[in-house]
Amino acid sequence: MSDIQTFEPVIIGFTCNWCSYRAADLAGTARIKYPPNVRLIRLMCSGRLDPTFVIKALSGGADGVLITGCHPGECHYIEQNYKALRRFLLLRRTLAQMGIEPGRIKLVWASAAEGVQLAAEITKMVEEIKALGPLNWPKWDNGHLDQTVVLQEEVKA
Amino acid sequence: MTTNGKPKFAMYWAAACGGCEIAVLNIHEKILDVDANFEVVFWPVAMDAKYKDVRAMPDKSILLTLFNGGIRNSEHEEIALLLRAKSQILVAFGSCANEGCVPGLANFSSTEQIFKAAYSSLSTNNPDGILPQSHYDAPEGELHIPKFYPVLKTLDQVVPVDYFMPGCPPESHQIAAVIDLVIKVLHGEAALPPAGSVIGAGVSTVCDDCKRVRNEKKIKKFIRIQDLDHLDPVQCLLEQGVPCNGPATRQGCGALCPTAGAQCIGCYGPAEGVIDYGSRLITSFASVIDSNDPDEIERILDGIPDPAGQFYRFNLAGSLLRAGKAAWKGNGSA
Repeated sequence: MSDIQTFEPVIIGFTCNWCSYRAADLAGTARIKYPPNVRLIRLMCSGRLDPTFVIKALSGGADGVLITGCHPGECHYIEQNYKALRRFLLLRRTLAQMGIEPGRIKLVWASAAEGVQLAAEITKMVEEIKALGPLNWPKWDNGHLDQTVVLQEEVKA
Repeated sequence: MTTNGKPKFAMYWAAACGGCEIAVLNIHEKILDVDANFEVVFWPVAMDAKYKDVRAMPDKSILLTLFNGGIRNSEHEEIALLLRAKSQILVAFGSCANEGCVPGLANFSSTEQIFKAAYSSLSTNNPDGILPQSHYDAPEGELHIPKFYPVLKTLDQVVPVDYFMPGCPPESHQIAAVIDLVIKVLHGEAALPPAGSVIGAGVSTVCDDCKRVRNEKKIKKFIRIQDLDHLDPVQCLLEQGVPCNGPATRQGCGALCPTAGAQCIGCYGPAEGVIDYGSRLITSFASVIDSNDPDEIERILDGIPDPAGQFYRFNLAGSLLRAGKAAWKGNGSA
């Protein structure tokens, strides 16, 4: 068996409370199958997504990050998903210079009714990350200040 | 070594440019206060001193050590460990020691790429292609040269640090204020700040010190300041489309660059509470782009041709990712 067949990527998925989380919920209640590689974290809105979360995930061992939100024009907070879109595009350019393939970060819009579509996107992304292989960002053996603790505190607040 | 009974002071430079030393001398006559209150026992740029003299000192015998520069090779790391053992108070002094600064930008490149740029470029006369080796068998015996590390580290990634003093270099009035404070502590007139504090700087951002007028930011085009036909003398630079790093950068300089008509480049490092400096800038720059159309957003982003360089110019080694894949993987693919 090749590495690609045995490698199970870890993908951190950020969902918004109003659309994409409900889409994932719908996929669950409708018993739609999708690979278990994605770990979903619910935010109130894709606009809450600080690029720090994505970088923290990748530096902490994730192989990819999925960002999801309401369709353009349908944001519960009017236009925050557009901010998420702009941050995503700028972040992807920045990370490419660090040697992180653009395919490891993905932005998907999903309404609360689109459980099937979200499951399909997750399935597709898992295949794409498997093709890219593990990211294996180094676990630096010491931290600049204590970032892990600080980040946890910020998320709680 | 003779001693005059005064508290001991040391300053060291690792991977640095020497600007921090000049900034210390820029405190003018205040340097006489340093001399009146301290015995300078080790300061390679200013006086003759040998590592063996430092090794011979008792542990914790130096009261205050200002350490500038990043940890680029094994010599820097060895001296960082040595000065940590010999010092009561170790200060990461200046941007390099705090967050890597410009030497830390080498963390985008593999060792091979760095050596190629340094020893094989057109401007270098090195016909035999000689590269530094950590061991060399000379007729007189084996020579050891410090080992070059693939990734530059900040001081606190190597040893515990008591205080952090940012800036490239730290502003002289901030250095003078810190020296005044330490002298007051020596005379029992003040207490030291809590361990781990950032000293010689504020907590908020450069924008808070900047006198330029801020309105609602809506940007249709990012432009390099030298390409701008007319620079408004009072309006916020970011509002004029100039990528200004003020929104994420710690205050402490008094907004010198924006006041003088140049964008903030972020030399004072992340403001209080900012975990990843570049992420904070991505957030702020992306938020002010005045477009919801993906294609138009991409065109506007083309105005920042080197985003990683823009966002991590001083902070790469101190950021969450620390180094590009090329540096830690060593294959130069990125």
